Amino acid sequence: MITKRIIPCLYTKGGRVVKSGNGEPLQGVPTPVALARKYSDGGADELVFCDSTALTEGRTTFTETLKEVARSVFIPLTVGGGIRRTADFEHVLACGADKVSVNTGALNNPSLVEEAAKKYGDQCVVVSVDVRRVQGEFRVFTDRGKTDTGLNAVEWIRRCVGNGAGEVMVNSLDTDGERKGFDIELLQAVCKAVKVPVVASGGAGSIEDFVRLFQEIPDIDGGLAASVFHFGEIDIGVLKERLSQNKIHVRK
Amino acid sequence: MIAVIDYGVGNLFSIKSSFARIGADVVLTSEEKTIRNADRIMLPGVGAFRDAAAKLKETGLGELVRTELKKGKPVMGICLGMQLLFEKSYEYGEHEGLGILHGEVVPMRGYIDPRLKVPHIGWDSIHIEKPSRLLKYCKEGDYVYYVHSYFASKCQDSVIATSEYDKALTAAVEKDNVFGCQFHPEKSGEVGLNVLRAFCEMK
Repeated sequence: MITKRIIPCLYTKGGRVVKSGNGEPLQGVPTPVALARKYSDGGADELVFCDSTALTEGRTTFTETLKEVARSVFIPLTVGGGIRRTADFEHVLACGADKVSVNTGALNNPSLVEEAAKKYGDQCVVVSVDVRRVQGEFRVFTDRGKTDTGLNAVEWIRRCVGNGAGEVMVNSLDTDGERKGFDIELLQAVCKAVKVPVVASGGAGSIEDFVRLFQEIPDIDGGLAASVFHFGEIDIGVLKERLSQNKIHVRK
Repeated sequence: MIAVIDYGVGNLFSIKSSFARIGADVVLTSEEKTIRNADRIMLPGVGAFRDAAAKLKETGLGELVRTELKKGKPVMGICLGMQLLFEKSYEYGEHEGLGILHGEVVPMRGYIDPRLKVPHIGWDSIHIEKPSRLLKYCKEGDYVYYVHSYFASKCQDSVIATSEYDKALTAAVEKDNVFGCQFHPEKSGEVGLNVLRAFCEMK
């Protein structure tokens, strides 16, 4: 059986690892390449790179970083940040990405997911969605959580999958940064709605949060986190050992 | 030198990087002369069987692989590249492959539990079916990375490893100097690099 995936996420800017929310450089954290190597050697199942400047002002730096990572790490790489057109897919895939995640790009360009899926295959297109509750409804947000699109998140995800998205990355803005666990209620709703892999993001603070995620939602495929891994609060080897003790199938 | 055949199907960045990592001399090429001069040939591939098979036919690269194979040169297919080595595929119709290995490529849907997700994507463990040269550095239960919706069937004479989704799916094949794996060795960490190492040592 396919294993559950543990996915460290690296937000980068100007060739450095930064904080997801404000883009401030994280002090005491190695370079993206050194960190990627550490995770790969430590048992991460996949890496996600997200760079808001990936295809604009930071294009050259990001391209170099990505290529260097892809040359030195032999696990799947997902790349996101500023993906607006199919040409952007082309660019990051040529630099060694295996999957490309789209967020705002899919909202602004309704045919992007479909075009990319047709051209590069469903498995390559990941839709990343930022979700927050508004009056009891799961809503899609953009601009790092500042703007409410008014779209129902579960409906939006269903539509993207219908258009060919092969995977969904669900980030809960309600739990993100709180370190009190993943947004189980939201993730359950998404897993019920679609049959493609779903990756949980936002809220991981401890090993128990991952155990709870996989125990409460047997259909969830992976758990993603950033700072708890970057600062060594959670060691991937220890995390996988604990998951395994809890009968959760992981690669060791 | 290893010639990785570049016939416009899929992205070869990672394959090239993997070979470079293990110190192998590798070239991405579609040139007949370079392929003839190589010690080993790799047939990569991501995408649709029909298009890839058509490209191999119209460029003459398929025939070239067959000729080089007959001379005893080791040839390895990865993912779709492995599927192309078989007689035919039932991916959107029925399409002829290179016919180098016995067997056919069939959809997972209709074979596995309908509740399971297709594509079979992610890390899965391998079960060694018989001793082989390709997997000489691998062991029972090693994890490899997959992305596929079709698999090789009726290939009992070449299968060397399988992965259990809910039923056994062909993971790797070997027959004389022909090798193949359904998983992506270039994305399977150290286990994958070891598969490539073994291929580089084939005589």
